[in-house]
Parts: sequence; structure tokens; C-alpha cells
Amino acid sequence: MIASPQVAHFTEPLPLASGATLREYDLAYETYGTLNADKSNAILICHALNASHHVAGTYADQPDNIGWWDNMVGPGKPVDTNRFFVIGVNNLGSCFGSTGPLTINPHTAKPWGADFPLVTVEDWVDSHARLMDWLGIAKLAAVMGGSLGGMQAMCWAYRYPQRVANALVIAAAPNLSAQNIAFNEVARQAIMADPAFHDGTFAEKNVKPKDGLTVARMIGHITYISDDQMEEKFGRELRDGLQYGFGSEFQIESYLRYQGEKFSEYYDANTYLRVTKALDYFDPALAHGGDLAKALSPATARFLIVSFTTDWRFSPARSREIVKALLKEKKNVTYAEVDAPHGHDAFLLENPQYLGVVRAFLARAAI
Amino acid sequence: MITRKDFEAISQWIKPNASVLDLGCGDGALLTHLQATRNTIGYGIENDDAGILQCVANGVNVIQSNLESGLKEIDDGAFDYVILSQTLQAMKRTEAVVDEMLRVGREAIVTFPNFGYWRHRWQIVNGRMPVSDNLPYQWYDTPNVHMCTVADFDVFCEQRKLRVLSRLVMNGEREQTLMPNLLGTLALYRLTR
Repeated sequence: MIASPQVAHFTEPLPLASGATLREYDLAYETYGTLNADKSNAILICHALNASHHVAGTYADQPDNIGWWDNMVGPGKPVDTNRFFVIGVNNLGSCFGSTGPLTINPHTAKPWGADFPLVTVEDWVDSHARLMDWLGIAKLAAVMGGSLGGMQAMCWAYRYPQRVANALVIAAAPNLSAQNIAFNEVARQAIMADPAFHDGTFAEKNVKPKDGLTVARMIGHITYISDDQMEEKFGRELRDGLQYGFGSEFQIESYLRYQGEKFSEYYDANTYLRVTKALDYFDPALAHGGDLAKALSPATARFLIVSFTTDWRFSPARSREIVKALLKEKKNVTYAEVDAPHGHDAFLLENPQYLGVVRAFLARAAI
Repeated sequence: MITRKDFEAISQWIKPNASVLDLGCGDGALLTHLQATRNTIGYGIENDDAGILQCVANGVNVIQSNLESGLKEIDDGAFDYVILSQTLQAMKRTEAVVDEMLRVGREAIVTFPNFGYWRHRWQIVNGRMPVSDNLPYQWYDTPNVHMCTVADFDVFCEQRKLRVLSRLVMNGEREQTLMPNLLGTLALYRLTR
């Protein structure tokens, strides 16, 4: 499947949760499959921390650039593009084509950098809704996402209840725990402590706080993998015996450094700061005195909630909180707790039960 | 539609448009039946992966959970009926499960194979563990750890101050009113506190 990224330009100002307004902005997106005549077969895929609108397939000129959810989305796959019209969108504040800190600020003719406003999950969902207007899609057959993407799917369901028929909330949580926020804060401090960060104005100085971003990614990566999986994959294995120094001696060190450095090449530090803040801020229950059921009360979608047994970043207990709130409101909800060894990353991996449940759930989505 | 003989009987006890929780719902067939016949709002609880997949395929709301660890996701009195169909005998903590049912439901419906059925007794008299249509397992592979008779369950309810709102004992497709504990194969109870 060959995909081609597109950009939609919006000139109607977007009010943000912070009080700021984005006067105009671009959203990068991709689509797969064909929108039917009724425009009733659209599925929106929301991405997590570091992904993009490139959900599935490859690019004609980049045959190795495979979409991040290619095992989920495509012809004959659980999100079957023979039946559905699937949309991947890059979130505002990201660095893959939608307006973000690396974009030139039209008012200053310099990259937005540190001046780019903080955006929230709600802001993203509002911008997605504008994209749906732009595509002429009044109601989505489904919104789905994993991790932070799952939070967006949940947000869609209560913020635009008439526009979502099915919501698939995978490996998500109703808000971040203190421990989750703590990990995010350490990552942010690593970035901000990098001398190349320049209070976020590094882009106009043509430098990148790569060291900080590397550490931030290493921290994140630890939380994506289960303890067991890390033990099994790396254990205490050494690369070349003990060196009595601070090079990467253990395989796990080498792996984390590699992942971190790779990430720091293509990801923007200001984006990382903003996306982790969006995670920290997400808390739909807050406006309802901590009552998640009340927050989800407007939703009319059928919900599929999926968690993975070894996910300790967003554990099954967090998904069960969502389930409990939905049950209290007697919403249509199904909950699958998938036995998978991989930790949080499991939502991106092959698992017959997981993929089977998504496939079966979407097979019953009316279009 | 696949129906077990107790489905019809249970359906008769359910008020239209009621909310129903089916514990150990398997593929969701009972909930599908109740939705069709009584327009219920139903949810199943199932622990088995295959059951979850079947429920999703059948369009039944299902929550993957282990019954033995309680129904933590469900508030007190959230459901009109909580059903445990032919699963009570496989529960390790029978009393706790019945307590949980009557915590989250206004009424509990429990069905179980009657261990007191004469063919079961006869097999024991002949020195063997009972095996029948309703008890299809051998002693070494049975999931059933807490078998009881109709008389046992009556005493259980009485001792725990559970009010029996309805009781139906069946033999095959028929109701068994004469000597139900001897001639009945399946017992159905509707309980409240």
C-alpha cells in the first residue's frame, strides 16, 4: 500500500485550552482506502508520543518507511482499508508536517520554537474535528489510538459525542499517575539542561539539544518495556566484557543509547516538551470533581477498551478505571485484558488475541 | 440461535428493558437471547480469551475479568439482575460470589446442575463418581469443585437469609415439580436479600 502525505491549511483561528489562539495552522494527514458515498466509513487514527500521520503503508520514494501501525491498518488487516477509509493525522505541536515549534511563525518569520503554545489533548481533538469538517465527514465510524492516542479517542467520544460511533481506547489511562508525570518531568529536565537547548530557541541558532533528547528518550523507552521483557532481551549481557569505564558495557545501555540517539536525530525537543505536557494535563474527570463517569457521560459511542497485562506505564488497573466509569453510565463497552509479555509497547506489536478483538469489534461497526 | 434449555426459563424472570450482568457469559448467547426477548441492557463477565473474542464477534458487551477476584468495576446495585448460569459449582469461593452478585444486583439468578438427580445417586451407589449430560466431566478433569443438590442450596439460602423469589427445577426441557431433588437435572433460583 502506497501512501502519500497531504496537508490541510486552516485559516479559522483555533482557541486553545491555555487561552492562546493559533491564528492559522497546517495539519499533515494521510488516508488509506476509499471514502464511501455516504462518508460513513471513516476511521480516525490518533498517534501517541512520537508517531505521526504515517500510520500504514510506505511512500513511493521510500519503500522502507513503513507506517507505525502497519500491522493494524491495511487491506485485510484488523482495520481493513478495503472496507474503511482510514485517516492518520499529525498532531499540532508535532514535528512531522503539522504546525509546531519547528514551523516558521508567520508573525516573526523565525521558527516558533519556545513561543509555540502548549497544546492539550482537547486542542488536538478540536483540530482533528476541523480536519473532519474539511474532509466532509460528519460522523466517524470509529476513532482509535493507543497510549496517548487512546486518550484522544476517549476525548473524541465525550467532546464530539454525535460524531463518533465507535471509540477504541488501547493501552491508555484516564489520566497520568504521579509516577507517570515524574518520568515525564525527568525527561523534560534532561532536555532543558542541555546547553544546546537555549531556552527552546535552538532552531533559529541551527543547533539541536540532542544529548538531552537522547536521555529523554532513554527514560521513556524504559517505561515502554516490561521488566521481564528487558530481562529476557538483555539480561546482564555485556558487549565486550567489563571495561571498568563508562562506555556502554551492558547490552541494555547500548540499546538505550542507540534508541535515544536515533530518536534525537529526527525528533524535536520542543515537541517532546509539549507532548509530555499534553499527557500530564489530560484529566477529563478534573472538570467534573474527579468523577470520570460524569466526564464520559455525554459519549454515545460503543467503546472497546484494551489493556496489556505487563504494561506498567498504563497498567490494566488504569484501563479498568475507564471501564468502571463507562459501566456506571451503562455505556456500550467491551474490555479486553490481553496477555502479552511486552509491556506498554504491546499495543504496537503482533498479538492474535489483540488484533482479533479489534478486527471483530470493527467488523460490527455499522457503516 | 443457540439456546440452552435454561435460557427460556431465565428470560421469563427478567423484566423488559432491565439491566443484566451475566457472570461467566461464555460466547454471550444468553445475553443475546435476553436482548432479543426482553430488550435488556446486558454485559458479560468472562475471563477466557476465546469467550471475549466470541462475545465481541456476537456484538455482546463483555468485560474480561476473573470472577473469583470480585466485581470491583461495578458499583453497588448497578444491575437489576446478576446471572450465574451453570457456573456456581465451579467457583472456589461460592459464598463470596453470591455476596458479590447481591451487592451489584438487586436480584441474583443462579442455575446449577442438581447433584441429587437419581442417576447421579445411582452411580455413587455403584461406587462411581457421577457423569451425565449435565455433569459431563470425569472426576479428574472436572472444573466443578462445589457440587450441591437442590436441598443443599435451599439450606444455603435459608442459613444466609437469602430470599428465594422463584425456584424452578427442570428435567431436560420440562419443569420437574414432583420430587425435584430426585428427578430434576437442573435447578434455577431467583434470589434477593
